[in-house]
Amino acid sequence: MRTGSSHRFTTPPPFLMPRYGRRWGVVVRRVLFAGAVALILAYTLFPFYWAFNGALQPSSRLYVSPADYLPVPPVFDAFREVFANRMFVRGVLNSALVAGGSTLLALAAGSFAAYALGRFRIRGRRVVLALILGMTMFPQISILGAVYSVISRMGLYNTLWGLGLSYMILTLPLTVWVMMNFFKSLPAELEESATVDGATPLQAFWHVLLPLSLPGLATTGLLAFITAWNEYLFALALTVDRKARTVPVVIANYTGNSLHEVPWGAIMAASVTVTLPLVVLVMIFQKRIIAGLTAGAVKG
Amino acid sequence: MSSLQKRNLWAWAFLVPTLAIFLVVGLYPLVQTFLTSLTNARLGSTRAPEFVGLDNYATLLRDREFWVVVLRTVLFTVVSVALEFALGMVIAMIVHSPFRGRGLMRTAMLVPWAIPTVVSARIWSYMLQDTYGVANDLLATRLGLLDSKVAWLAEPTLAFACVVAVEVWKTTPFVALLLLAGLQLIPDEIHEAAEVDGASRGQRFRLLTLPMLKPAILVALIFRTLDALRIFDAVWVMTRGQAGTEMMATYNYRQMIDFQQLGFGSAVSVAIFLLIAVFVVAYVTMLRTERG
Repeated sequence: MRTGSSHRFTTPPPFLMPRYGRRWGVVVRRVLFAGAVALILAYTLFPFYWAFNGALQPSSRLYVSPADYLPVPPVFDAFREVFANRMFVRGVLNSALVAGGSTLLALAAGSFAAYALGRFRIRGRRVVLALILGMTMFPQISILGAVYSVISRMGLYNTLWGLGLSYMILTLPLTVWVMMNFFKSLPAELEESATVDGATPLQAFWHVLLPLSLPGLATTGLLAFITAWNEYLFALALTVDRKARTVPVVIANYTGNSLHEVPWGAIMAASVTVTLPLVVLVMIFQKRIIAGLTAGAVKG
Repeated sequence: MSSLQKRNLWAWAFLVPTLAIFLVVGLYPLVQTFLTSLTNARLGSTRAPEFVGLDNYATLLRDREFWVVVLRTVLFTVVSVALEFALGMVIAMIVHSPFRGRGLMRTAMLVPWAIPTVVSARIWSYMLQDTYGVANDLLATRLGLLDSKVAWLAEPTLAFACVVAVEVWKTTPFVALLLLAGLQLIPDEIHEAAEVDGASRGQRFRLLTLPMLKPAILVALIFRTLDALRIFDAVWVMTRGQAGTEMMATYNYRQMIDFQQLGFGSAVSVAIFLLIAVFVVAYVTMLRTERG
């Protein structure tokens, strides 16, 4: 991290801009600016550091006051405990399956819908759009009871299929919305030439538009995956045991072997374990994620 | 059939899978919730539910706890969204000015947003734990700012503040990113021209930046308000709704799942739905007038 006095900047924020003499002003500005950056980073990152610290301390050093701020030497007992916990390992697997499955299904169904809404002028388009946007706005809790009944009646209670199906309410509107904006941004001539050559809209979609929209699909898939991976409420209500419990529920309920003491070391190790893959994803796809998040929002 | 009609038929065919899924997991449950709210259905009961008309709603309107919970959730929403915007604006403006390490900072910002809320709630519970938590360690033991260690998650007002803090920590990056995207749409020339005309920095922020950011602000405001109103995860994991932190969604969950009152719980669901719908309508109207 380079937060020295060597920042080059053109338009620093106004609230950091006291009017001092020229040269001193520049120095003061740079120090203030670096300080603000450091403060923000500390605020965002310290909780993660503390989780790491808790996960890497031996359990004897976890419950001491004053607390130990450096895990030196690091001890991996907590990680060993978590990975030996069948509930947790199965939870990670369940989460990966449910999030992956509902993302794929949302992409498959949603990209067709996005194509129809983004590139056709059909009657009722606005109604369908309002319906889809409405889905993202109403609270999950207000359909929980009924989703529970639907899933139970289909015989899908406490199954990955049932949970994955319920996640469509979260991942599908998102997919349609982001992909629709993506399709809209492609030039109109693209399928026109294909249709003139006698291709059906399905062929035009499959051979012309879809290959071009792989970046869009990647962004959307990533957003949908993160949403499903993080979901807690439905997972809590629609699953009951190891067969279908996902990792957020496992971490929320983690009690370990001891009844009286909260096993913070193991909980932090579990938290770090599910956070790391997301950090890697965010680092690789940072630009894509930001583009996807802001695409619908800024253009509207 | 004309070619245009054929084309439209294709479009509707493309919409069928999505609409079918929405019907099963969205629309049908919504209607079902409303119908169940008119009965005395219980979860896991074999007895057929009886129609009770608006009884559940009458009970709900007289339930003091429900109104307390509604007011608390609105208060939570106002406080946390205000903080997120104040902080988010500062962060967005800092990240907007080019400096080395900016990419790294953007990644760091995305991480709290990307991790499960359950995980962030667990990490914060660990930090706020009363005997060995780092919050007490820093504030009481090391810096001596507090006379004694504090039970952060057990005292009513404090616990509420802690839930706000966790939510603000997790979602400020999202707000900052939306605002940042808005800032990047404002051409530099406008600021330069204003500077030449002698506008001070404060004036430029107030008269140029803020009005031009308005669409981005409105959209971020809608997303965040709706999310804050339905808060569940952080509360359920950190306090189970104890110590004055019960919100609409946790109250609803308790009635419906824990107490198995499916009928009454559904009435709560419908009430929450209507309440949030009021916000949606208000915001959509605001957006409409904004865009002319």
